[in-house]
Amino acid sequence: MKRQRLIALFVLGFLLFNYPVLSLFSVESVVLGLPVLYLYLFCAWGGFVWLLSRIVDAPEASASPRRGPAVPPTD
Amino acid sequence: MLQGSLILAVALAYLGLLFAVAYYGDRRADAGRSIISTPYVYALSLAVYCTAWTFYGSVGRAASTGLDFLTIYLGPTILAPLWWLIVRKMIRISKQQRITSIADFVASRYGKSAVLGGTVTVVAVVGIVPYIALQLKAISTSFTVASAYPNAAALTSAGGGAVPLVADTALYVALLLALFTVLFGARHLDATERHEGMVAAIALESLVKLVAFLAVGLFVTFGLYEGFGDLFSSAAERADLQALLTLEPSASVFGEWVWLTLLSMLAILFLPRQFQVAVIENVNEQHLKKGIWLFPLYLILINLFVLPIALAGMMYFPDGTVEADMFVLALPLESGQPVLALLVFIGGLSAATAMVIVATTALATMVCNDLVMPVLLRTKALRLQERTRLTGLLLGIRRSSIVGVLLLSFAYARLVEGHYTLVSIGLISFAAVAQFAPAILGGLYWRRGTHAGALWGLLAGFLVWGYTLPLPSLAEAGLLSPTFVEMGPWGWALLRPHALFGLEGLSPVAHGLFWSLLINGGLYVGLSFKTQPTAVEHSQARAFVDALPVSSRAAVWRGQASVTELRQLLQRFLGYRAATQALERFAESQGINTTEPGWEDAVPANAHLMHHAEQLLAGAIGSASAHVVVSSVVNAEPLSLAEVMEILDETQQMMAHSRELQRKKHALEEATQRLQAANAQLQELDRLKDDFISTVTHELRTPLTSIRAFSEIMHDNPDLSAEQRQEFLEVIIKEEERLTRLINQVLDLQKLEAEPMRLQVEPLSLRTIVNEAVQAMSQQMENASVVCTVQPPGPGPGTVEGDRDRLKQVLLNLLSNAFKFCDDTDGRIFVTLRGRANEVQVDVADNGPGIDREARASIFERFQQARPRARAGASGSGLGLTIAQRIILEHDGDIWVSSPPGEGATFSFTVPRAQASTPTDDPGPLGDGASATPDTAGSAGSPITSSDS
Repeated sequence: MKRQRLIALFVLGFLLFNYPVLSLFSVESVVLGLPVLYLYLFCAWGGFVWLLSRIVDAPEASASPRRGPAVPPTD
Repeated sequence: MLQGSLILAVALAYLGLLFAVAYYGDRRADAGRSIISTPYVYALSLAVYCTAWTFYGSVGRAASTGLDFLTIYLGPTILAPLWWLIVRKMIRISKQQRITSIADFVASRYGKSAVLGGTVTVVAVVGIVPYIALQLKAISTSFTVASAYPNAAALTSAGGGAVPLVADTALYVALLLALFTVLFGARHLDATERHEGMVAAIALESLVKLVAFLAVGLFVTFGLYEGFGDLFSSAAERADLQALLTLEPSASVFGEWVWLTLLSMLAILFLPRQFQVAVIENVNEQHLKKGIWLFPLYLILINLFVLPIALAGMMYFPDGTVEADMFVLALPLESGQPVLALLVFIGGLSAATAMVIVATTALATMVCNDLVMPVLLRTKALRLQERTRLTGLLLGIRRSSIVGVLLLSFAYARLVEGHYTLVSIGLISFAAVAQFAPAILGGLYWRRGTHAGALWGLLAGFLVWGYTLPLPSLAEAGLLSPTFVEMGPWGWALLRPHALFGLEGLSPVAHGLFWSLLINGGLYVGLSFKTQPTAVEHSQARAFVDALPVSSRAAVWRGQASVTELRQLLQRFLGYRAATQALERFAESQGINTTEPGWEDAVPANAHLMHHAEQLLAGAIGSASAHVVVSSVVNAEPLSLAEVMEILDETQQMMAHSRELQRKKHALEEATQRLQAANAQLQELDRLKDDFISTVTHELRTPLTSIRAFSEIMHDNPDLSAEQRQEFLEVIIKEEERLTRLINQVLDLQKLEAEPMRLQVEPLSLRTIVNEAVQAMSQQMENASVVCTVQPPGPGPGTVEGDRDRLKQVLLNLLSNAFKFCDDTDGRIFVTLRGRANEVQVDVADNGPGIDREARASIFERFQQARPRARAGASGSGLGLTIAQRIILEHDGDIWVSSPPGEGATFSFTVPRAQASTPTDDPGPLGDGASATPDTAGSAGSPITSSDS
């Protein structure tokens, strides 16, 4: 599961940071005082890293619940 | 504004701090309390990727081409998600195989090939040395700028070639760094090749360079300008700067963007220094989890202010008096911030030294382990094989390599001084290490990749790289005729290094990368298909490609299981005693006193015990199944396909065994059945023998009794009349004849059963035999008014192969049988001959009461009483039909009886025809109630007229 999400994220990154998506933002205008392309690149970059952190830090346990008890019972 | 001596003092103090940190790190590592065992240090150490190129060069590139400097950092970011798959796999493999460098990695994958390891080392050294040289140059340039500012002459000729050797700061930097690297990169030899002190220092340096760069960025943006808005709007007023804020919408710009992204993706994986920190120096693969997003975050931060600084620099130094590469340093100096400038200098120093230290360590390891040692070990004259301790020698080689690499870099820096920007050299280095991509990525995911493919692909890619990238640079530096680049060698336009085979429109780096990777990858795949891997390659390929699932099962039982559960598991498969013994032995090996009660609670349910349990079970149920059952109590690891296949294999073997067992069991059962049948037959025979004897004795006694009775009468009554005497004597003679017949038959049967019948086979006519037999019986039949008819009249049906006397005996037996049971008052017997293609059939029918169904089945058995009522005075031994059957079977014929209700019985037999039929048929015309001569002695052989019952 994690593996598939990571691969999907890789593909997303490839799309976000490449032609032709970049050309959409390559315009001579300013948003919040920042050039659009500059703003887009760093926002997308930050969003990408945020997604990445969410995926890798997600607990693996949800994918495969343990069958054995976590604590050895003492008998 | 800054005194050179002050800068030097601060720089030395800073390096001293690094020494201290590294020393402390090593000490802690020796004490077993690592200070680098945290994902944050791991992430910071990955930032060794950001060199002086990032620190100074990014601004330089941004000032000339705008945002495309970001590709170098976006590539690693885009690839970061796949680190969890690729780098984790590399880490696993490196720990399993004790890999010490990227050259080792490649060599190990392709059958531990020394040639391949050496090749990788050469490529890495050739590719990386210029890169190290650039770092040295960056340090000396930044030193010159910082100390000489605002001396314009010093700035424009920053690091110019006029500096004499002894005055070149780069030399001293190189020597100092060599010392550091020797101390912390080759302090001692260690199987794992890990250098905790060095990593600690690198992490600190990453922090310093980030802080320094952020500081100057904040100062420029918020000190020199009033925030981003102010800065960008000022820049937008200048058309040349406005152009830097967008991407020119042309295919070549976007093409370049894609190529550079791709290049940096490969570089982050295959740069020797990245491999060193990400794979070799990795303490715990779980650190990767944080590392793969902290590192891109670091990249964001360090790139945030690159464009603002570049724009500000362009506005502050519009006339080009300061090289764009030095804006980071020049801006604080220009605005009277010497402390900040000093911090920036230290930051740049950090970026450069970190790279130099790690890269040199990695290269030195390769040069020592994969280039020098293999050669020395193979040089027989040195007799190294016989030396028991090579540690000193190895360390010596390692340290010399470090010094060598650094001096080489310094020499290179002197050679090309002033000709390159930081970035272009960096990109050429990237393209060099990108040549490892086919061999490594292929090696990680494609089992078929072979040594020949990897070696020749790498060599060819390296040659193309050299031809298309560094060679033209030499021309630019004036070391080679520029016509070489423009016209191609000897004027061959097709071989122009920047437009190989006429490919134009790409930047030199993209062009070189395309051709080198194409040829490299093409050869790798092509030759891999053409060549066969050796056994070692094969097993290494498996170890590499299957690294993730394999190690997850062999190395770590991460979950916990209870001792009780494991014990139950063992009991189930090994039995109570064996399980207890195994547990006791394990507990004792763990130092637990098993004589105390409750010792079982003290047994740790750790990976050790689980591994132990798995091994024990593997002995009983096979390793694949053992793994499955142990994981059933440990954790729910999903089964891999390979595991399923293994289980199937084992199951198949077991099924084969059980099939074999079943087959044997089946054979045994059959044998038993045969024995039982034989036993039953023996018992039956025994019973028959008893019956036979009692019947025979009974049959013998009857005539004997009457003979005796009549003899006594004659003896006691001498006055009997002559007629009476004559009558009695006739009875005696008849009874005697009967007795003789019976004894003959018994002897006959005895003979038939004791030995195979010896038939005197000849071609003969059944018709003749029938006639003879009827004739022999005719007297008897006439006396009883029985009419015998032979059909059809006329010639017989041809010849058969047979024994004349035996067949006649059969006919006599059947005729006398029919005679006995035919109708009392109007007895009739019909003999019918039928010719068929392969055989002749004879039917002997009577008009008696017939035989019922049950009796028909056993009528051919001895002494069977099939028919209740026989003609008075006609009695038989009960052997006639048995004898007839045996004779016919010996002739390969068939004999049977049919008896339709109310029609009497018909006995039929067949005899095969003669092969080459030569009819010796003598069709004796024989009509109804054929006149016959009395059968006195019977025919030759057995003069017997047999009868049923």
